[in-house]
Amino acid sequence: MSEILVLVEQLDGEVKKVTLELLTLARGLGTPAAVWAGPGLTDAAKARLAEYGAEKIYVASSADVVDHVVAPKAELLAQLVADKSPAAVLVAATAEGKEVAGRLAVKTDSGVITDAVGLGEGFVADQSIFGGGVNVRSRVRKGTPIVAVRPNSTAPEPVAGAGAEEEVSLTLSDAAKAARIVERVKQEKGARPELTEAAIVVSGGRGVGSAENFSVIEGLADALGAAVGASRAATDAGWYPHQFQVGQTGKTVSPQLYIAAGISGAIQHRAGMQTAKTIVAINKDPEAPIFELADYGVVGDLHQVVPQLTEEVTKRK
Amino acid sequence: MNIVVCVKQVPDTATERKLRSDDKTLDRDAVDGVVNELDEYAVEEALKLKEAHGGEVTVLSMGPGKATETIRKALAMGADKAVHLSDDALHGSDALSTSYAMAQALKKIGFDLVILGSESTDARTGVLAAMLAERLGTPQLTLANKVEVDGSSIAVQRLTDYGFDRVEATLPAVVSVVEKINEPRYPSFKGIMAAKKKPVETLGIADAEIAADQVGLDAAWSEVVDFAAAPPRAAGTIVKDEGDGGAKAADFLASKKFI
Repeated sequence: MSEILVLVEQLDGEVKKVTLELLTLARGLGTPAAVWAGPGLTDAAKARLAEYGAEKIYVASSADVVDHVVAPKAELLAQLVADKSPAAVLVAATAEGKEVAGRLAVKTDSGVITDAVGLGEGFVADQSIFGGGVNVRSRVRKGTPIVAVRPNSTAPEPVAGAGAEEEVSLTLSDAAKAARIVERVKQEKGARPELTEAAIVVSGGRGVGSAENFSVIEGLADALGAAVGASRAATDAGWYPHQFQVGQTGKTVSPQLYIAAGISGAIQHRAGMQTAKTIVAINKDPEAPIFELADYGVVGDLHQVVPQLTEEVTKRK
Repeated sequence: MNIVVCVKQVPDTATERKLRSDDKTLDRDAVDGVVNELDEYAVEEALKLKEAHGGEVTVLSMGPGKATETIRKALAMGADKAVHLSDDALHGSDALSTSYAMAQALKKIGFDLVILGSESTDARTGVLAAMLAERLGTPQLTLANKVEVDGSSIAVQRLTDYGFDRVEATLPAVVSVVEKINEPRYPSFKGIMAAKKKPVETLGIADAEIAADQVGLDAAWSEVVDFAAAPPRAAGTIVKDEGDGGAKAADFLASKKFI
C-alpha cells in the first residue's frame, strides 16, 4: 500500500494526541509514515509514533526547519511528496497546520481540504460548514490529496508499526527562510489540555458574570481533566483571555464532551462547538438557544449548579 | 509605504447560509453580504501603519459585482483607493485558484505590504495568506496580533498554541491579522461621503494576466462530492434545577461514562 505522510505535531518533543489520531486514520487508508520537522526527536517520541502505526519516521532535524515560519515544513513535505510519491499528506487542522497544507498545495500543484472531521476511501473528506449547519463531502481532484484533519476526528488506536527512522537531507530555499522566529514566548496555562485537542471542554459565557467567577468554570474543568473555553461575550468583557474564545472568529473545538455554562448559544458560538459529540448546557434562561443543541440541559443558576457538579464529579471519581 | 489590504465580502454569519444545488458553491445571492469581520482588523491595521509611516492604502477585493459595497466600506474607513477583481470566470474558484488570481492582481498593483484577515467566516480555510506568501515569494508573517514596521524591517507577534512567536522579516511581506489586534474604526459620515469619490478600478482576468484555465469551478483542485443539511440534534433532556441540578448533570455524565 502507498505511504500516507503524517506531519507530526509536537511540543517540547512530546507528540500531540492529534498526530496519533492522524496515524490511526492513515492506517485505514495506506501505510502511515510520520514526518518529524526539526530537532528534538527522542526515543520516547519515536516509540510513541511506532506504537500508533508509523512504519517510517522521516526526520529533517535541522533547526532551520522550525526557526522560520511555516515555509520550511512545506518544503520538507514537498520534497517527500516528490521522492516518495505518497497517496496523501495529512496534517492537523490547527492554524499552522492549515498554513503548511496551503503552501504545500501550491508547491505540489495539489488540491487541499481543510478542517476535515472524517476521511474515507478515495480520501473523501467529511466537513461541517457554515457553523455546523451543512455537512459536506469533498475530495481532491488534482495532485496528491492534502487533508488538514481536525483534532478529535477519530479515536487514536495503538497498532504497532516499524517506526524506521530515515533522515531527510533538505536544503531550504532562501525564500523559506525569509520569516525568522527570533523568540518563542510560552504562556503558562498550567496542567490543562490544549483547547482544540481536549476530549472535554468546559466553557463559560456572559452568565459567569466576572473574571473572578471563572474559577467556578476552571474548577469543573480541572475535576474533569478538561480544557477551559469562553464565549465571545466573556472574552470581550475581559473576563477570560481571548485565545480561549470558542466560536466563529475564535477556536473551533470538536470534543467528546462540551459543557456550556452561562452561554446562550448564539450562532457565533455554535459555529465553534456544534460538532462536539455530547453537549451539556447550564443556563438560567429556559429559552436559551443552547438548549436546542444540548443532550442534557439544566435550567438554573450556574453558580449553584456548576460547583455542585464539580463536587459530584470529584466524589465519584 | 504601499499597503494593499485584501477584503472579502461574506454572507452575514447571522443568516442561514446555503450551498447552491446546481454547482455546490455558496449561494451569495440569497444572503446579505457584509465585510468579513477579520478583514476589518486588517483594514484598521493598514490605516494605522499608514498613519505612522505614510504611504497609501489600496483595497483589493475579489468577488462578484455586489462586493463593491464591501469595498466602499473599507474606503469609508479611510483607504485611499481600491481594485475590484471581478470576472464571471472567477466564480467557483477554490483556495488555490483564488490565491493565484489574487497574487496576479497583487503583482500588477505592486506592494510593500499585503495585509489580510486570518480567515474568512464563510470558507474558513485559513490558507490564503500562506498561499499568497508562497506564490509571491515574500515572507509569511501570519496570525499576527501585533505588527511593527521600522524602515524596511517588519516584526510581528505570531499567535501559537503555546503563546506567541516573535517573527522578523524584511519588506515586502504578507501579513495576516487575528481578531482583537486593534479596534476597527467606524466610518464617519465624512468618510462615507469621501468614499464615493475614491477611485475603484475593476480588473477582469485578462487585465490581471490571469490564465482562464487556472480559475473558476472547472479548474478547482478540490470539489464538493455531495452535501446535506446537518440533521438536527436529537432533542435532549432538559431539567430544572431544584437544588439537585449539579447532581443530576453528574448522573448524566456518569451514564455516558465521562465520570
